[in-house]
Amino acid sequence: MSYFRDVGALARKDLLLELRARDTLPAMLLFVAATFVIFHFALPGTPSRLETTGLLWIAILFTALLGLGRAFVPEREQRTMDGLVLAPCDRSTIWLAKSLATLAFLAAAEAVALPLYALFFHSIDGTTVAAVVLADVGICGVGAFLGAMAVATRARDLLLPLLFLPLAMPIVVGAVGATVGPPVVSSPGRYLGFLALYDLLFAVICWASFEYVVAE
Amino acid sequence: MLTAHRLGKRYGEKRVLRGIDLALPRGGFLVVTGPNGAGKTTLLRICAGLAQPTEGTIERDATRAQVGYLGHESLVYRELTAFENLELYGRLYRVAERRERIGMLLERFGLWDARHERVASYSRGMTQRLALCRVLLHRPELLVLDEPYSALDEAGAELLDAQLAELRTERTVLLATHDPARVESLASGALALAG
Amino acid sequence: MSSPSRAAGATIRGVGRTSRIPLPALAVSSLVLVSTALAFVFFVAPNDANQGFSQRIFYFHVSLAFTAYACFIGGAWKAFRHLTKRDPRADLESYVLIHQGLIFGTLVLLTGSIWAKISWGVWWTWSEDELVLFLVLYLFYCAYFMLRFSVDPGPQRENLSAVYALFGVVLIPVSFLAIRLAKEFLHPRVFTLHGPNFGGWILVTYCVAQAALLVLAYTLYRLELSGKRLDLRLRRLREVLV
Repeated sequence: MSYFRDVGALARKDLLLELRARDTLPAMLLFVAATFVIFHFALPGTPSRLETTGLLWIAILFTALLGLGRAFVPEREQRTMDGLVLAPCDRSTIWLAKSLATLAFLAAAEAVALPLYALFFHSIDGTTVAAVVLADVGICGVGAFLGAMAVATRARDLLLPLLFLPLAMPIVVGAVGATVGPPVVSSPGRYLGFLALYDLLFAVICWASFEYVVAE
Repeated sequence: MLTAHRLGKRYGEKRVLRGIDLALPRGGFLVVTGPNGAGKTTLLRICAGLAQPTEGTIERDATRAQVGYLGHESLVYRELTAFENLELYGRLYRVAERRERIGMLLERFGLWDARHERVASYSRGMTQRLALCRVLLHRPELLVLDEPYSALDEAGAELLDAQLAELRTERTVLLATHDPARVESLASGALALAG
Repeated sequence: MSSPSRAAGATIRGVGRTSRIPLPALAVSSLVLVSTALAFVFFVAPNDANQGFSQRIFYFHVSLAFTAYACFIGGAWKAFRHLTKRDPRADLESYVLIHQGLIFGTLVLLTGSIWAKISWGVWWTWSEDELVLFLVLYLFYCAYFMLRFSVDPGPQRENLSAVYALFGVVLIPVSFLAIRLAKEFLHPRVFTLHGPNFGGWILVTYCVAQAALLVLAYTLYRLELSGKRLDLRLRRLREVLV
């Protein structure tokens, strides 16, 4: 379908841009590692499973924010958004492509972060990985959307976390609940289901309304 | 092809355009002139479909795929090569025989040798030529060009002259410029914006 | 070039005639209703068995919450109209409704805090779902204002605000569900704020208080809206005459 071909072309462009610039992904990797170290010093004693799970998700959330803040920088600084808006493709392809590209970077960062977490704090299991996947989809979908909004404003980088954090609260609940597992939580599956619901709901609203964010 | 009636545009409280009437028939070549700040860029953006007027109406008999716009910014990604940029736009505009068309345009505008270099390393003139390739890539019915001669050296300007002369009969062109004498022979109409 | 007099006389896009019920009538009804509500709350409603007189803040807290939700949902509805119907008046209406919602939301948090202090001696409790939800929404709608004032007035600002307002309305149920779920692993110290069992005079008092606040909210909405529209009209007129 031509819709997905457009998404593919745009996502390829985003991945190429990052591979050339080589700044966002290394920064995210370093940030997440440094954050874990800070956590170790910020929390006295032996933190419980729930506490370290919370820390993991704080680290992932803020690492994602770092990447998301950079997502639309080429379109803003070089005004190339006009070029994309003029093209006959559906405007939502721009959002979807950017989300997918950011998802790829976040996944790459987590490929390092999760083993580090297992090394420093607690081991992870399959449910955690599932939670990471579902949470990432929500974070990147909503985050890319808000990133496009923030880029159109004067406040830019300042604004993205403010817009994003209230919307990220449900993701954090679902992710922590699914990751911490029994005995703290009776059924991690419920939290995974909730994450899937969040992803679906917000994907639909992002897809339907991105048109209004970029075009007059 | 393009008709505007009492067009006006306001950004917040600042009024940029007021009471513009415009009629560009298919195959026409309209030259827009005016001092800096007269609103030429805003008018062209509205005509290309990038902005909506706040007053008046505009009718455009062309879909997004049939419009080619060249603005003050080149709208190419600096970290990609010329080839990659044109590939992207070629895909988005579903250009037939994409590779051949890209090759032909790069060659015509003298960028073939630099096609695999990043646009960041180009001079301003080369970037403008690439922007022209981008505009012409999908064979648009309606060309909206905002000061296309601005960054070009004499060689580049002559290439553009030749290209415009070639397109004159087949396409509709709306062109804003500080140097109307250059395109006087091609023009079918003129619109002067007051400051 | 249009002649100034003609432009001034014609309907200026985006500035409509405020409709229906005249504002003075609304103001008077608000006054009457709020006074009635106060009378009911302090004199008619019976004393709560557990918490006594101080529990009466419940009537205001809950009706304020409901009014705030109504404002946010109304704001989202207007935002939807702006995006889909291109209604030129909807953007301003949406903004004013959300503004009202935030004002009432502040009062919800304040009365909630006071109620918690009265009931349990703490200024805040994480165990009241609806209060926590309000905190999240409060942050969300504060960000709405940051967004709106970070963009120059124009169609882009209107579109961004409208889209964000729609996100808010989707966030309300999702956040509520999240807060419910989170209780399983968060175990906040339980300080419940019990409303009384509904019945008889309690129900009547609540209804009066709720009606009063809804009318008050609508009055304030119309007041702010007409003020902003007048401002807009003046600026447009000034520009036409220049």
